[in-house]
Amino acid sequence: MESEMESELAAQVADLRSRLEALEQNAPGNKLSMVVFSGDLDKALAAFIIATGAAAMGMEVMMFFTFWGTPLLRDPEAKALGKDLMGTMFGAMLPRGAARAKLSKMHFGGLGTAMMRGLMKQKNVASLDQLIALAAEMDVKICICDLSMSLMGFAREEMINYPDLKYCGVATFLEAAQGSKIQLFL
Amino acid sequence: MNADIKVAKELNLRNLPCPMPVVKISKAVKEIAVGEVVMAITTDPGALSDFPAWAKSSGHEILATEASGEETKFYVKRLK
Repeated sequence: MESEMESELAAQVADLRSRLEALEQNAPGNKLSMVVFSGDLDKALAAFIIATGAAAMGMEVMMFFTFWGTPLLRDPEAKALGKDLMGTMFGAMLPRGAARAKLSKMHFGGLGTAMMRGLMKQKNVASLDQLIALAAEMDVKICICDLSMSLMGFAREEMINYPDLKYCGVATFLEAAQGSKIQLFL
Repeated sequence: MNADIKVAKELNLRNLPCPMPVVKISKAVKEIAVGEVVMAITTDPGALSDFPAWAKSSGHEILATEASGEETKFYVKRLK
């Protein structure tokens, strides 16, 4: 009688233990995964402030640049040749890198954005370029959406020299997001 | 008294706004030994809530906070 109870208890404990192990293995890590969909200056600033802040808190950060966010990572000095008509048009119409990004509101034909940049400089706020450099220093990982690159006709040579820069698809982002405590879409 | 706290490193964060205060304190804490204290001086209002949040999240301790006018001093002890 007693040994029956004992063995049942032992079986339950073993079951609980294996379920606990499975849970621990699947628990989201101290990570932040962020989609940067917008190419606006204000949203990009928020994205990088959050990313560097998270890195400062000890989190592992992954930023996935897609659609309008993609041109933010263009190198203004780099040239890419051999584009077709659509690619050339996109290349001309979209901002050539972070320094050319515009505010999402109150851009006022450039006046608003210029005033914002001036205000930021006056108050010692890091510029978008400075924040990107800071993110690189703090080991923030960046993945650029391959689909956006091909739709907009961007070549990899046109993008900035960011450490460990990767190109990927949606599943790469989703896998990182599944294992992260925080997932954001900007 | 806060004057009794032995400070291994002083961090001047005056006039640096978000995200720089937490970014710099996270770096500074790695430059001292476990058990030592960094004293950070900041003028950023956001830092008043950010420093405790950062400390809680990264597992360090704020020994003391001293506010005087626009400046706030944080005594941060490295715990790990």
